[in-house]
Amino acid sequence: MISAVLLLLLIAAVVIGPFIWRVSISDIDVVAGLQGPSLAHPFGTDDLGQDLLARMIYGGRISLAVGLAAMLVSVFVGTLIGALAGMSRGALGYALMWLTDLFLSLPQLPLLLMLIYLFRDGLKAMFGPEGGIFILIVLVIGGLRWMPVARLVRAQFLSLREKEFVEAARALGASPVRQVVRHILPNALGPVIIAGTIDVAAAIIAESTLSFLGLGFPPDTPTWGRILYDAKDFLDIGPHWALFPGGAIFIAVVAINFIGDGLRDALDARKVI
Amino acid sequence: MSQYILRRLMIAIPSLLGISVVLFVVLALAPGDPFSELATNPNVPPEVQAALRAKFGLDDPIYLRYLHWITAMAHGDWGFSFVSRVDVDTLILQRLPTTLYVVGSSQLLALLIAIPVGVYAATRPYSLFDQLANTFAFIGFSLPTFFTGILFILVFSVKLDWLPFVYTSVPGSGIPWLLEMIRQAIMPVMVLGLFQAASMTRFVRSAMLDVIRLDYVTTARAKGLGQAKVIVKHVMRNAMIPVVTLIALQMPAVFGGAIVTEQIFRIPGIGSLLISSILANDTPVVMAVTFVFACLVVLFNLIADVLYGWLDPRISFR
Repeated sequence: MISAVLLLLLIAAVVIGPFIWRVSISDIDVVAGLQGPSLAHPFGTDDLGQDLLARMIYGGRISLAVGLAAMLVSVFVGTLIGALAGMSRGALGYALMWLTDLFLSLPQLPLLLMLIYLFRDGLKAMFGPEGGIFILIVLVIGGLRWMPVARLVRAQFLSLREKEFVEAARALGASPVRQVVRHILPNALGPVIIAGTIDVAAAIIAESTLSFLGLGFPPDTPTWGRILYDAKDFLDIGPHWALFPGGAIFIAVVAINFIGDGLRDALDARKVI
Repeated sequence: MSQYILRRLMIAIPSLLGISVVLFVVLALAPGDPFSELATNPNVPPEVQAALRAKFGLDDPIYLRYLHWITAMAHGDWGFSFVSRVDVDTLILQRLPTTLYVVGSSQLLALLIAIPVGVYAATRPYSLFDQLANTFAFIGFSLPTFFTGILFILVFSVKLDWLPFVYTSVPGSGIPWLLEMIRQAIMPVMVLGLFQAASMTRFVRSAMLDVIRLDYVTTARAKGLGQAKVIVKHVMRNAMIPVVTLIALQMPAVFGGAIVTEQIFRIPGIGSLLISSILANDTPVVMAVTFVFACLVVLFNLIADVLYGWLDPRISFR
């Protein structure tokens, strides 16, 4: 409960924030650089004197948007592959599960870095620096995290497709697509929602990691990870600069993970003792 | 048992091949051409360009190029780094031991924390200790490694000035040098180890809870065995079986964490090699390091499978 409130507060802050805190994210004031929290700058300033609160509100929008969008991609791909594997009775199911296992043993971060490295310039030319990177990061993070969802969906489908109500639908002449969409999928959604919730947190971490390694969004786009990356060379003189974005990532991730845990307790009948 | 290991090996090789196909397809699909610089260079006549392209087989169909590449990789010819002007395999071999040392000791630390804490928490479910351990585990795996790394530097290097935050690898010998080596490895190993320990503790606890309620445990207790003996010899051995699989599944995340940690503490391992080659557009090194990471993941999965067969002998007869 507390984490839901916390997460809502965080979302509200990044959505409504810019209308209340009307400081530009890129006003440079070198004289006021590296100041700790004060009334004029509640979160302090960075080395160029840019207001950190404004930058974090802006970055939070991107970080949370990436998290949600990547989750949607991974849930979509995972559900599609899991459903196909769960419904097929032949070689397709085995092939898809082999693919899932293969993807599970891929080294995620190196591959993520390699994909970004290879496709960065092409997409940047097509959709502009921010849009291109956004699409790339969302697709790549989502595309490398669908495997748990696919496994869950397949397991659910394997048991659900033999249930009487599905058989009844089949006997009434429902097409396979209708059986899946109207009858099986709604019943398989519980674990998918839990996995999706946790995927949001994982995607936020993945995006911050990329930005932290200097390979995410362009330098003038202050995502939380990017602010942390810029701050890490000034730890001795401006620790506040690193603590606020790091804290924000931590709070978002912990809150989402706790919500996922709570949902599991609520939705999953199988409880530990 | 040896037959089982052989069978596992036969599964590992196709998955390694699959990974190499994925990597190669990604590289082939990517926009950009290794000879794009030549194409814009007016000093290189088009005939020479065409001859070079033909020599390196760039106009061949993709499956031929893949076969070419994979045989070269298998022969140990991993290409040539554009930036540092040495063979890729020497570059990687130079840096691999550091990565393995850091990852290995952090895994050890994680096991040393996770097994006792998880086991103790499971023997007293919902006690104060259990709840504390759970909360800490939750916080532990929600804290991204790059943030814990920065926090550690802030506390132990900047504020307390106990530990160095830049990893140096000057060759040397003697006790003081050894102590220095250990001292500088403390923080990276702690960061990575605590992150791993957090999720492992949860695995160990839930696996123990699943086993501890089974009838054979009650039987062992009824025979009059002591609590310690029941837990260690009867419960733990069976509880470790799923834990091994879960740890193996975590390996990709471990190496991801290692890349980040190497970057923060400037450890000269293959993770920081990957990042610096990406920033320097050094494609052969990027490819090779990614492939090495894939090999390591597959290797650890194989080790986990072998351990699995040892822990649960029934599996090796299937």
